[in-house]
Amino acid sequence: MTTTATIGTKKITIDPVTRVEGHGRVTIHLDEENNVQQARMHIIEFRGFERFILGRPYWEVPVLVQRLCGICPVSHHLAAAKTMDRIVGGENLTPTAEKMRRLMHYGQFFQSHALHFFHLCSPDLLFGFDADPAIRNVIGVAKDERYADLAVQGVMMRKFGQEIIKATAGKKIHGTGAIPGGINKNLSIQERDMFLKDIDQMVEWSRQALNLAKNYTVEHLEDLASFGSFDSNHLSLVREDGAMDIYHGNLRAIDAQGEPIFDQVDYQDYTDYIAEEVRPWSYMKFPFIKSLGPEEGWYRVGPLARVNACDFIDTPEAEAARKEFMAVTEDKPNNITMAYHWARMIETLHAAEKIKELLNDPDLQGTDLVTKGERRHEAVGLVEAPRGTLFHHYQVDDNDQVTMANLIVSTTSNNVPMNRAVEKVAEEYISGKPEITEGLLNHIEVAIRAYDPCLSCATHAMGQMPLIVELHDACGNVVDKKTRD
Amino acid sequence: MSTTITFTIDGVDVQGEPGQTIMQAADAAGIYIPRLCAFEDLSPHGSCRVCTVMVNGRPQSACTQPISEGMTVENNTDEITEIRKDIIEMLFVEGNHYCMFCEKSGNCELQALAYRFGIAVPKFPYLWPERDVDASHPDILIDRNRCILCGRCVRASRDVDGKTIFEFVGRGPNKRVAVNAEANLKDTDAAVTDTAMDACPVGALLKKRVGYATPVGERRYDHNPIGSDIESKRTTTA
Repeated sequence: MTTTATIGTKKITIDPVTRVEGHGRVTIHLDEENNVQQARMHIIEFRGFERFILGRPYWEVPVLVQRLCGICPVSHHLAAAKTMDRIVGGENLTPTAEKMRRLMHYGQFFQSHALHFFHLCSPDLLFGFDADPAIRNVIGVAKDERYADLAVQGVMMRKFGQEIIKATAGKKIHGTGAIPGGINKNLSIQERDMFLKDIDQMVEWSRQALNLAKNYTVEHLEDLASFGSFDSNHLSLVREDGAMDIYHGNLRAIDAQGEPIFDQVDYQDYTDYIAEEVRPWSYMKFPFIKSLGPEEGWYRVGPLARVNACDFIDTPEAEAARKEFMAVTEDKPNNITMAYHWARMIETLHAAEKIKELLNDPDLQGTDLVTKGERRHEAVGLVEAPRGTLFHHYQVDDNDQVTMANLIVSTTSNNVPMNRAVEKVAEEYISGKPEITEGLLNHIEVAIRAYDPCLSCATHAMGQMPLIVELHDACGNVVDKKTRD
Repeated sequence: MSTTITFTIDGVDVQGEPGQTIMQAADAAGIYIPRLCAFEDLSPHGSCRVCTVMVNGRPQSACTQPISEGMTVENNTDEITEIRKDIIEMLFVEGNHYCMFCEKSGNCELQALAYRFGIAVPKFPYLWPERDVDASHPDILIDRNRCILCGRCVRASRDVDGKTIFEFVGRGPNKRVAVNAEANLKDTDAAVTDTAMDACPVGALLKKRVGYATPVGERRYDHNPIGSDIESKRTTTA
């Protein structure tokens, strides 16, 4: 990454690097009284995939495109596979295929959420936003005798989820399980029994993590209510009966008060409802709800949006937790940025409950794995990724080659919200102050991290955050710069 | 006249029959000599040079060199291993090989050789050539990005299928496998049932819509390295 600041014009140029999980950059512009005029987070997310998968055979795409990400590749794998299901006319999967994919997806949710909560975010919650970076990391958590068990639980939960992915996709990272129209393996009795042995422990640890996130949020509610928070629209998939469903459903968007913007929209028609805007200062596009326009139509995705948007969760303990969560805001959508963590842990418990339910389903040992039907040339596939709604859209020609690809990844949808959160925190902690404090840097990171964005600045990385904060005066001069690399 | 020829490979006595190549005699003795262009009963090609061995101190391709009485063959030495690794690495950098999403991964002989030789990354610079994909045939796909010019499809189509669907054209860096038609593969009489469809060692000649059907863990080289089937037949130890 190279960066230049042109003095006087306030123009910052970031050359793209061809990787998805890149560095984060925050720039803050001040007026002559040092009041914040603008605060932006820049993500160097150059999505070359949409170009270089053109010409590739469609069955290759679910395996190829998941290389976008090493944290939740299953999301891309499944979104692309769901699209290609429709391309081969095999969208009505066999019970074994759909349940294997669901098991893969819940396993991914479990490991990805555990990774974020225990490895990345728990140091903030346990040690405080202003704690010494030398201890504010997962090793610090593990070495602190008060939290050592928690660190081990995080590791074991992540391992459990990764093993589920391996059993369903073939590999813990970048597997090949989902193929157009189905799945390439079932779950053996031995694999099933291996997971059944540990699942009750996973449910219990999920309960404890949920309690930790809930208690932290409730105890600090007064401070967190305003911390990087703002009213927003929320978008997610929901099942036809309104239940949370991370694998399949229809699109629902609600506003900050919970009023529907649209509901039960078949995602094959997403372009009628969602558009993407290009802005000159970012390589990321800015999706928005068409009927509201680019200024008002931005929305949040991910755990907070999903818990806000659904009518209920179809597993008992997660549903009870959801009701408790919604009670805080009197059943209106919760717009507190830091409530993402609580919502994320509700989903973690939900994933554990779902995994247990699936493991006891004999359909997973079925042998009818693939189906197909009438060939199509265009299709859309959506899943709820751990970080939010993920859109895949492809066109395929008669030769089986991809001719068009469009992806809207969750971090892209959360682009505006993350920038809002950065702006809010900057206003609260820097306005009127000539120097960037360590506290500012930490607090900005905490606000960004709540969204669990898929970029490396969201990691603690042993106290080494690749985050740059620059302070510009009214003339565009860089008056202060703090770098953590 | 004796019907048995005795020679040594890496100091081990090996016996073969007149007319056999070093590779054929070695295979029968359970000694693996790495190869790419040599394939089952197809006529030897001697082009990939991965099977290079030292015969009485001189490099020869084991797939084409006949055995002779008292011949001394070096196969598994540091010098030859380095030569073979360089050849394999050059094959990687000369094409566009993305094992991470290639549907042949786990069943690919080039990838399996790289694993066997412990090649993590080629030492040579990638050439990133511009190669085309011929997806015109309803059941067969040619991805020339992955072609290593071994000629197995050429020989299988010509010698076994009797069709001559494929042939080399061009020279040097411009050499490529062409199809016997004015335009694309769809204009030939290629069929997915042709022997040539099973001859490709890499992911260049593929049957459409079957990729990834075999789960990870059940692919050809997931558990045993390439050549282990031959080595399992070995009864003599050095």
